Amino acid sequence: MKEYAYFPGCSLEKLAIGYHQSALETTKKLGVKLRELDDWNCCGSTTYFHIDELLAYTLTARNLAIAEKTGLDVVAPCSACFKNMFFTQSHLKKDPDLAEHINFALEEDGLQFSGDLRIQHLLEMFTQDIGAEEIKSKVTNPLEGVRIAPYYGCQILRPRRDHDSAESLENPQYFEELLTAIGATPVDYPLKTRCCGGSLIISSRVAALSMVRNLLQSAVEREAALIATACPMCQVNLECYQQAVNQEFGTNFEVPILYFTQLVGLALGIPEKKLGIGKELVSAMPVLAR
Amino acid sequence: MTEASETYTFTFMKEVSSLLHAADGNPFPMCVQCGTCSGSCPVAAYMDYTPRQIIAMVNAGLKDQVLDSNTFWYCASCYQCTVRCPQNISITELMYALQRYSIWKSRYKEDMIGPSFSEAFAKTIMRTGRTFEPILAPSYIFKFKLREFFMEIQNATELMLKGRLPLLPPRIKRLDNFKRMIRRIIPMGGEA
Repeated sequence: MKEYAYFPGCSLEKLAIGYHQSALETTKKLGVKLRELDDWNCCGSTTYFHIDELLAYTLTARNLAIAEKTGLDVVAPCSACFKNMFFTQSHLKKDPDLAEHINFALEEDGLQFSGDLRIQHLLEMFTQDIGAEEIKSKVTNPLEGVRIAPYYGCQILRPRRDHDSAESLENPQYFEELLTAIGATPVDYPLKTRCCGGSLIISSRVAALSMVRNLLQSAVEREAALIATACPMCQVNLECYQQAVNQEFGTNFEVPILYFTQLVGLALGIPEKKLGIGKELVSAMPVLAR
Repeated sequence: MTEASETYTFTFMKEVSSLLHAADGNPFPMCVQCGTCSGSCPVAAYMDYTPRQIIAMVNAGLKDQVLDSNTFWYCASCYQCTVRCPQNISITELMYALQRYSIWKSRYKEDMIGPSFSEAFAKTIMRTGRTFEPILAPSYIFKFKLREFFMEIQNATELMLKGRLPLLPPRIKRLDNFKRMIRRIIPMGGEA
């Protein structure tokens, strides 16, 4: 059984508890063990970079150093956490002076950063390491006839520059392949890598609501019954602010937003409750019951 | 151009540059004003100046106009501009640098939510090692219009009923070590 160091991030403790539950359940069923990092701290998301860059790198370096101790590859289910881990490691490797400074601070917690981790987003672990074929072979309840819009969002794809081609940056396909593997029908829609607004939902409400509206509109126009996400921030923006969008723009959206792990879990025959399904504000039941 | 204004131009560009640690540099002075960033930005319509304009303004030393604008507080960190820039400028990182600059100088408009939200977020992490959503709410909710205020309360209530809001603030175990670690990066006197 392959084991990974798992950095859940703050959202998965409560706000995205269904993502956490379904990540643990599905990986177990697929023969992978997620070992939660010991005493991890908040990565600071994007807001920490508004205050101090050095401290932002230090916060993430602490988690990386804890992960290094396990000797395992590390996965993060949140796109913001993933981006911070991925780029903190690459920046510190390129800048030994910065790394030395941060290691001096990490000594206070008995930690050292060396920068040789393999860091993946959870969605990548599913599609690259486990693979669509393997997942397909374990599907018992295919989600036949369910039209699902895969929503990549931003920080899984950007700003990294290690993509095979411009095509895989601008029009990736691996989320679609995963949805096909679990028997669903992936919906092709133009805004799949467009931003949900992130923390602008707090700081610049009107701008963020229009971004959410555009995304929902784009998916619904292509007849998606459901949107699949891979990030707690995206999930919350698209789901919890749908009513606000409807009020602001006079629209009528009622699109359930589930985590990809919840959908994979259903296809693997795991009971809904164990996957945290039922905690969403826009119920997925009418779509899934068909 | 007088000698004084030349110095000023040079200084603001340099000041902003010096706020960017990123190892391989951020060549924003090399901007060719192609506008790919503004065309790619999903928030440009809501900004006082587009990203392309802001870069030109920083390079021209228009410090006051730059700092009085909402542009960098409206950046959503989606990095669409950054991956498409033909000059390899990390425009998102430049926006972060301007945010840091405006917080350090306390140069932002009262009704801006971004700066106070970021500060509240950072302080929570420094105290406990973790975020805690309910403690962040006062940093923005009172700046909302009435309708937004009630929408936020309604959302929070529904999330709580679904068991999706934390009731107690989480904290890391090795908090003392954590705080000492932070003090080795930012000396904070008796605070924290």
